[in-house]
Amino acid sequence: MAIVFQPTEGLTDKPFHYCPGCNHGIIHRIIAESMVEMGILEDTVSVASVGCTYNSYDYFSCDAVQAAHGRAPAVATGIKRTLKDKIVFTYQGDGDLASIGTAEIIHAAARGEKITAFFVNNAVYGMTSGQMAPTTLLGQVTTTSPFGRDASYQGYPINVSELIAQLTGAAYVERVCLTDFKNIQNAKKAVQKAFRVQQEGLGFSMVEFLSTCPTNWGKEPVEAMEWLKEKMIPQYPLGCFKGADIDFSKKEVQA
Amino acid sequence: MAGKRVLMKGNEVIAEAALRAGCRNYFGYPITPQTEVMHYMAKKMVEIGGNFVQAESEVSAINMVYGAAAAGARVMTSSSSPGISLKQEGISYIAGAELPAVAVNIVRAGPGLGGILPSQGDYWQATKGGGHGDYRNIVIAPASVQELYELTVEAFNLADKYRMLAMILGDGTLGQMMEPVLFRDEEPIEKIEKPWAATGRGGRDFHNTVTSIYIDPDDLEAKNIELQEKYKYIEEHEVRYEAYGLEDAEIVITAFSTCSRICKNVIKQAAEQGIKVGMIRPITLWPFPTKIISETADLSNVKAFLDVELSAGQMVEDVRLAVSGRKPVHFYGRMGGNLPTQKEILDKIIAIHNDPNEGGRV
Amino acid sequence: MAKVTFRDDLCKGCGLCVYACPKKILELDTKSLNSKGYHPAVCVDPDSCIGCTFCAVQCPDSVITVER
Repeated sequence: MAIVFQPTEGLTDKPFHYCPGCNHGIIHRIIAESMVEMGILEDTVSVASVGCTYNSYDYFSCDAVQAAHGRAPAVATGIKRTLKDKIVFTYQGDGDLASIGTAEIIHAAARGEKITAFFVNNAVYGMTSGQMAPTTLLGQVTTTSPFGRDASYQGYPINVSELIAQLTGAAYVERVCLTDFKNIQNAKKAVQKAFRVQQEGLGFSMVEFLSTCPTNWGKEPVEAMEWLKEKMIPQYPLGCFKGADIDFSKKEVQA
Repeated sequence: MAGKRVLMKGNEVIAEAALRAGCRNYFGYPITPQTEVMHYMAKKMVEIGGNFVQAESEVSAINMVYGAAAAGARVMTSSSSPGISLKQEGISYIAGAELPAVAVNIVRAGPGLGGILPSQGDYWQATKGGGHGDYRNIVIAPASVQELYELTVEAFNLADKYRMLAMILGDGTLGQMMEPVLFRDEEPIEKIEKPWAATGRGGRDFHNTVTSIYIDPDDLEAKNIELQEKYKYIEEHEVRYEAYGLEDAEIVITAFSTCSRICKNVIKQAAEQGIKVGMIRPITLWPFPTKIISETADLSNVKAFLDVELSAGQMVEDVRLAVSGRKPVHFYGRMGGNLPTQKEILDKIIAIHNDPNEGGRV
Repeated sequence: MAKVTFRDDLCKGCGLCVYACPKKILELDTKSLNSKGYHPAVCVDPDSCIGCTFCAVQCPDSVITVER
């Protein structure tokens, strides 16, 4: 028998501190596997953000820079403009990217910064114990929407991928989920396509991962996956919003 | 431009000095009265193939600075008071992550939106932290366009040497002023290796992490102790000031930057009236020239100090600390963007001369 | 022929592998606790394993190695 699946060298030996069933672990792994498979581990700099993944640099085997809350795309801009031939990615949650960091992500995309943003959308603030996020669904109960999110005083959720895709500088934007094998393989393909877009200098790339937060949703991990499929996907449809026609399987890159 | 005198505007000289110091990254946002720094960079930085970004805000700009510094590059941002307020979190991160960077504050009057005319009201913000946590920035106060050039180059060397932020604290007068500048043929750039930078592993068997978070309190305390030892070393080795006339002065003025220039003329006028006035002009506001002020307080000829600032009195507190009650320390200041006239300061000098203890009171 | 191996000490008992397995041969072992205090996942019918890697791919903690 041969080994057909084993832990990747793109991750360090340190066990994840993430909650049981949290999708961060899956996302970290497919990014790490992609760096190894694409041979870019030695040439990548990750930018950690503020939230549950504040110490993602303890898990990824590549060089890393920690960023202030929301500012990862700006930090990544500074790094990438200095290290033009390296791969630079941010790893951000929905508070970091869609609340405090709204200006930074929009402008990095608008400027067409040749960076990749990995956006983990779990519709709630994890690390700070369950507050409403810009992506919290109407009616969803959180610690700051205890009666369920009410549009009349708490507004409506933001569809980030659709928003960013409108910007000319954004070359590739796709939303994925991790609810089963097929979706995880698809998500990994999106990660690799995003890295390829960066390598080819086509512009800004972003992958939005719909994810569960079992702890703050008050659900068991499997139950949380079901809730994601039933409630989140209708609000945040899966698919490619920009750059669907970019196809690296052909020899010539077609933008 | 080497080896000859050129008439240039202060703000532009800052940008030119940065380029000469090997800075190839500038990230900024427009704000009066420093926008010329950015305009100069928008053109020259691009012409020499460096990185210029007009960021979406001062917050974003300081984080771009942080990123470029983390990647091992020399990098600068410039702004004015309200924009520097926005940058404080980023500056605290730069201190905590021990990154070399240069920031320029062309100070305007505050608080709030304030005015666009010169002020020195950011002294506390610059020297006492401004952002959260126990940290310091090296703060330099040039007093002429020539000093804007020389000290900006020096700021990059100090930042690299000590892995921290060096801030040029100017004001609108200096920034807008045009004076002849003599540029050197070659700049004294000290090349420092940066093995800690996040540049991609490139074959290293460990990965570099640039960060300022240490969840374990013992780890964070140890890091803070390291920082404090670094700052102590800088306080012992990097103080710069200009002093004159102390040996027979009856009144010693303490003033920095624009105020010091006005006071120089007042000193001449006072001498004509038979009043001997000396001056200590701090060039580094941090590390502060505590020692020379303290030694001066012990001189028997010195009867009183007069601190002159464009503010409600910020540096005066550090002067008072250094003097430790041995001699009276008086204060004169103007705010809102107004500059004191020589007459106003001279009147104060005369009042102090007549009554060294109470003469300084309004 | 296929085999799955679990690094028990890393398992958080989240149950996602149980949910993912198409042959339904994984369970959380309620009779034991690992060093973290979780019921670790275990394969209750190794002979039926087809080495599809669905469990390992779903696992957030890189607990599972698959051979085929």
